[in-house]
Amino acid sequence: MIDPRLVLVLSGVLFALGAAGVLLRRGAISILMCVELMLNAANLAFITFSRLRGGPEAQIYVFFVMTLAAAEAAAGLAIVIALFRLRGTTDVDEISLLKW
Amino acid sequence: MQVFAFYVLTILTLASALVVVTHRNPVVSAVALAFNLVSIAGFYILLGAQFIGLLQVIVYAGAIMVLILFVIMLLNLSEEVQPHPAGTFQRVLAPAATLVFAIVLGRALWRGAPSSFPPAAEGFGTAAVLGRELFTRYYYPFEVISLLLVVAMVGAVLLAKRKLT
Repeated sequence: MIDPRLVLVLSGVLFALGAAGVLLRRGAISILMCVELMLNAANLAFITFSRLRGGPEAQIYVFFVMTLAAAEAAAGLAIVIALFRLRGTTDVDEISLLKW
Repeated sequence: MQVFAFYVLTILTLASALVVVTHRNPVVSAVALAFNLVSIAGFYILLGAQFIGLLQVIVYAGAIMVLILFVIMLLNLSEEVQPHPAGTFQRVLAPAATLVFAIVLGRALWRGAPSSFPPAAEGFGTAAVLGRELFTRYYYPFEVISLLLVVAMVGAVLLAKRKLT
């Protein structure tokens, strides 16, 4: 049988990898994809906890997180398209109007 | 058998996640992400959550990935118009910070969990159990989340549409 601790550690490593991508990547779409990676890592931990506890609650949360991810992808990508029209680039270093 | 599947899925998941984070071409990143999402669906099914595993394939690896790939193709992001890479400072600090973060998080999770799964409850992870739960105890959150989807849809159309002059 699988050790639940290994699954949890895997989800932690995946979350850290996604966070590294958010820090390292400069393309707006790449950053969005790394956020998806982090959401999935959290979902994996939720499912493991659900299996440990035996109840369906955590799976309902995963369901909600998936819906949120869909909403986030739609709105985020629309913002990327609008930015690309305005600036001709998706490089987040070029879009620093609010930075001081 | 289960342990073997677990290790194969672990290797697939970690390898595709590394490609997502490190590859310069966003199309390759997106395909690797789709691969990653499917292998995580494999984990869900391995852990007994069949309904969520199938949802993961349909909604995540299907709909959301098509949306991301569609936008990449629409903006025609080839490698020449790639954003410039991160600076040296970032290239050293970000992996170091990530490593520390992964160790702290992994250690906390390792120490907080038991070493074996209890036997699965009757009907664990089936659509029937989840559906009953969703339309009784979680009825209002379910309605609110559908409202959120409508708001996101309207917002996406408003943001992405061409300005009429």
